Amino acid sequence: MTIAHDRLPARETRADRDTPLEYSLEEGALRIFGFWLFLATDLVLFACLFATYVILRDNTAGGPTEMQLFDVPTFTAETLILLTSSFTGGLGTYAMHQGSKRGLIAWMIVTVLLGLSFIGLEVREFAAYATHGAPLQRSAFLSAFFTLVGTHGCHVSLGILWMLSILYQLARRGVTAITARKVFIVGLYWHFLDIVWVFIFSVVYLNGVMG
Amino acid sequence: MPTLLPHFPATFIVTGNPLIYGAEVSIVLATVGILFVLTYFKKWRWLWREWLTTVDHKKIAVMYLIAALLMFFRGGVDAMLMRTQLMQPNMHFLQAEHYNQIFTTHGTIMILFMAMPFIFAMFNIAVPLQIGARDVAFPYLNAVSFWLYFFAALLFNLSFVIGGSPDAGWVSYPPLAGLEFDPGPGENFYLLSLQITGIGSMATGINFMVTILKMRAPGMTLMRMPLFSWSVLASSILIIFAFPVLTVALALLLVDRLAGAHFFTMLQGGNPMMYVNLFWIWGHPEVYIVILPAFGIFSEVVSTFSGKRIFGYSSMVASLMTISVISYLLWVHHFYTMGAGPGVNSFFAVATMSVGIPTGVKVFNWLFTMYRGRIRLTVPMLWAIAFIPIFAIGGATGVMLAAAPADYQYHNSFFLIAHFHQVLIGGTVFGMLAGMYYWWPKMFGYMLNERIGRWAFWLFNGGFYVTFLPQYLLGLMGMTRRMYTYPADMGWNALNFISTIGAYVMGVGFIVLVLDVVYSIRYGERDVTGDPWNGRTLEWSLPSPAPHYNFARIPTVTSRDAWWTGKQARAKGDAPAPPEPLQPIHMPKNSGGPFILAVIFFIGGFGLVFNWYVLGLLALLGILVNLLLRSLDYDTDYYVPIEEIEHTEATLRRA
Amino acid sequence: MLHGLTHDDNNRSHDESMRSRLANPPRRGAPRARKITFLPALAAMAGFSLLTTGCGERYLVFRPVGPVGQVEKDLIILSIILVLIVIIPVILLLWHIVWRYRDVPGNPAPYDPEWSESHVLEVIWWGIPIVIVGILGAFTVRDTFHLTKPPEKTAAPLTVQVTSLNWKWLFQYPDQKIATVNFCEIPVNRPIQFILSANGPMNSFWVPQLGGQEYAMPGMAMRLWLQANRAGVYYGHGANFTGRGFAHMAFHVIARPRTEFDAWVRQVRRRAPVLTKIGYQNLVHPGVVAPMSFSAYAPGIFETALLKESGMYMKRDLTILDKIHRRGGT
Repeated sequence: MTIAHDRLPARETRADRDTPLEYSLEEGALRIFGFWLFLATDLVLFACLFATYVILRDNTAGGPTEMQLFDVPTFTAETLILLTSSFTGGLGTYAMHQGSKRGLIAWMIVTVLLGLSFIGLEVREFAAYATHGAPLQRSAFLSAFFTLVGTHGCHVSLGILWMLSILYQLARRGVTAITARKVFIVGLYWHFLDIVWVFIFSVVYLNGVMG
Repeated sequence: MPTLLPHFPATFIVTGNPLIYGAEVSIVLATVGILFVLTYFKKWRWLWREWLTTVDHKKIAVMYLIAALLMFFRGGVDAMLMRTQLMQPNMHFLQAEHYNQIFTTHGTIMILFMAMPFIFAMFNIAVPLQIGARDVAFPYLNAVSFWLYFFAALLFNLSFVIGGSPDAGWVSYPPLAGLEFDPGPGENFYLLSLQITGIGSMATGINFMVTILKMRAPGMTLMRMPLFSWSVLASSILIIFAFPVLTVALALLLVDRLAGAHFFTMLQGGNPMMYVNLFWIWGHPEVYIVILPAFGIFSEVVSTFSGKRIFGYSSMVASLMTISVISYLLWVHHFYTMGAGPGVNSFFAVATMSVGIPTGVKVFNWLFTMYRGRIRLTVPMLWAIAFIPIFAIGGATGVMLAAAPADYQYHNSFFLIAHFHQVLIGGTVFGMLAGMYYWWPKMFGYMLNERIGRWAFWLFNGGFYVTFLPQYLLGLMGMTRRMYTYPADMGWNALNFISTIGAYVMGVGFIVLVLDVVYSIRYGERDVTGDPWNGRTLEWSLPSPAPHYNFARIPTVTSRDAWWTGKQARAKGDAPAPPEPLQPIHMPKNSGGPFILAVIFFIGGFGLVFNWYVLGLLALLGILVNLLLRSLDYDTDYYVPIEEIEHTEATLRRA
Repeated sequence: MLHGLTHDDNNRSHDESMRSRLANPPRRGAPRARKITFLPALAAMAGFSLLTTGCGERYLVFRPVGPVGQVEKDLIILSIILVLIVIIPVILLLWHIVWRYRDVPGNPAPYDPEWSESHVLEVIWWGIPIVIVGILGAFTVRDTFHLTKPPEKTAAPLTVQVTSLNWKWLFQYPDQKIATVNFCEIPVNRPIQFILSANGPMNSFWVPQLGGQEYAMPGMAMRLWLQANRAGVYYGHGANFTGRGFAHMAFHVIARPRTEFDAWVRQVRRRAPVLTKIGYQNLVHPGVVAPMSFSAYAPGIFETALLKESGMYMKRDLTILDKIHRRGGT
């Protein structure tokens, strides 16, 4: 293994054979736990947005309804792309645990590209709605739709920027306890967004087109 | 309308009232004064290196405390103005517009810009020291939290002179707070500043939960942890699960106002009641967020000054955790009168009453901690003792309010006002003041003057009863809240007058409290022992103020009240174990990042208040760059060498 | 003085002096402690006895004139008695303990620094509040359900539609086809079905002597049952803040015997002007106005405001008004 532990006194590291690299520093373990708590706050945030959407979904104010709006091929493609990206992200973490820096970087680049295409599709979808009489201002339903799906989209975009920054750091510094922790945390984030999307897919889109 | 160039509304600088001109002039004078003093005494570098860039939890605690006291002053002045206006019927001291702004800012400031930083000051000063940690889990994030709070408070207060204050009440219900009825920028100030400080609070919640769960000294199991730390854990859990709901409520209202969405509008299918639900799903846990730490402080203070173990420790822990769970199931009691069915109202009524059970248990446990103790009536203890009758009455009226059909008669009346001031002042404010007097020597190295502190206590406490007991009666006489004036023939005159006098007495009490601080800066007795109160928990094992790394050696804990037990063992003559050799201490480096990040948030927030989207976008970019730079910075920590630790320890112990 | 506990041999002497300095105040502090604990108890007892013995004409909540207000008053009194069972012992105990165990030299009271557990005591104070909450909870649930029904089943109810406008109250009588602003006349001994809504910010409709309040919210129609059993003029006010003119949202409910009420209706029909759609739009416009009456109103004002002008989110439940009328009628 080519991993260099930073120069730290014994108490700060918890390195033994079974501890994954990202947990090998005290600080890394703390941050990963803290990030889980952050995800809990984010989960509550999305739960509120979902609740708002469910309550407002029928308040179309005479404007377009879910049934008229949602396009099955588009959201199916978005779903497949995002689910795949979560899988490739997982492969990246696996490669890291195998000690393969190249594998990690390659899979992360694939993940970023998939994320970008997801965002591209979503932007196109939003633009189509907005230019065809269904902008955010049209009805409470559309306000809730754009805000819920848009918040997820912002999260994904942020995740892409984040991964780009980590890719840069990996290229410069290699796989260390610190960069491994960053990869692991962005992975958690990415999987979390995937789970949120599964709910968006079923609650918003599937429910919408099935009436 | 979105515009590329900033559009200055006609009301950009608030005019037309001598009060506001006075404030504008004094703000300018104070700013010039501060700049002059800093420059004249060449203190800029000191300010930047010691304070603006610090990540030390003890210094952050000091800054939180100062900010909380300042905001206490601002909110208190609002209260005085309101009480003056209500002193007599048909007064012409304030106009309706001003009165509406003042009660809005009073509520918002007291809850979010006074109570929150006050509890965070206590979190920061006590938790790491109590659990034997060198700092919080994420010191950099801790500084980010503080500066976000600080600049959010600045943004909120700025509305007084620029753009106009919000005026839809601290709950800011739409559609009143929507564009149709409130087109001015005031509401935007409210929404954005709360949003910014909310992010900081959420981060603090995460920070302290990780700190408490993962950074306790060896041997300190959860059931050996001091009760204040337990209360912070309970409060942090509440923050983590409640604040995101506020974020959503505020964000959706902001999208309504800035982008023309229809979440809470009357038309296009908007549902204003959705906001009410979201707001209180946060709002109810919020009152427990600010009161549980006060409970923790009372537990520490009562136990210390009774010279006795806390009674029923396990019960105390169980009741804290029970309260934090139940507090999520109560939010509808803020609007029994909004037509939820009888089944819903019954459920929330019984749930609300049941939160009185664990709270009552805590009161009895405090009483029996004092029982068979030796009660020293120091100032912190006075605040703690005075809290009990106030809270018993406030809690009792809470149970009365919980009975839904009875609440139909109390809702939004002065009865309700009296109730929540009784629990929030008697609970949170008394708790925080007790904590401030208690931990002051630990924060600053000298004691606050007991004699002046007693004066402040008696004035504030006496004024409290005079102010709020009459308000219960006013409520039962049919007086509703938020009326800027009232008719003379309702029989409300005398009680309002008495209430106003009480408020002035409380105001004098606060001034005396500030005098105590000022006096003690100069004449306060130095605390050279580090343990001025004969304390029980680990923070008193350290010198006052504690060195920046807190513990030269992390202590090993074998029981509750670790420091007390240690003292007893030594008194019995047990020789302490020989100290382990020192090791270099790993510490975070100071950083200007948090300060700069918060400044960018401030600029972006200010831009969005006036719909200047370009400024908002630039700020977003700035935030991303700031985060990126932090992520790329690998030089964030250092080691304190053994020689330096030895030197510091020798100096502190010798003093 | 604390009993022989020292913590650091090097600075023991200093510690001693510090402690004795801190130990001194109680001698002055303790008598004061008596005052502080008694004050609220006295004030509370005096206040509540004042209220309950009925010497306060002005305490509208304790002066109900109808069955709804009476039910609420009874529940309030029950709750006061129940909470006093806890408050009084707490305050007396506090006073006793602080006095008896104050830290003064030679205090003969026992000092037991390690005593911190007693299962018997803890069972008592977990138990008593549970019993109290159980009793109060049962009565609360009963009354909560009770108040959603018409107070009296014998007399046919009268329906009044109430709209909160900025900053005035509009009352419409769908059966009499008349309307009033800022005052409302009702017959005595007959249940009144108030249907509350708002065309503007949320308000709350409160007439303390008739009974508790209910919100008036845009896009929603909510029902509040009230009844007056005694003729008189009763104070009412909006209870939820609606902006600049909120403090002027007072109104009167005038309860009269049935014949006088009918005469009043006939008089309004004969003398008062008609509320047209334009007239209504003028009322919606923010402002404070004096009481008014109208002999008739443009049909559908209330329903249009409810479903179109002030809110569209209840539209999917168009039957809400029918349901309310039907239930009220039976």
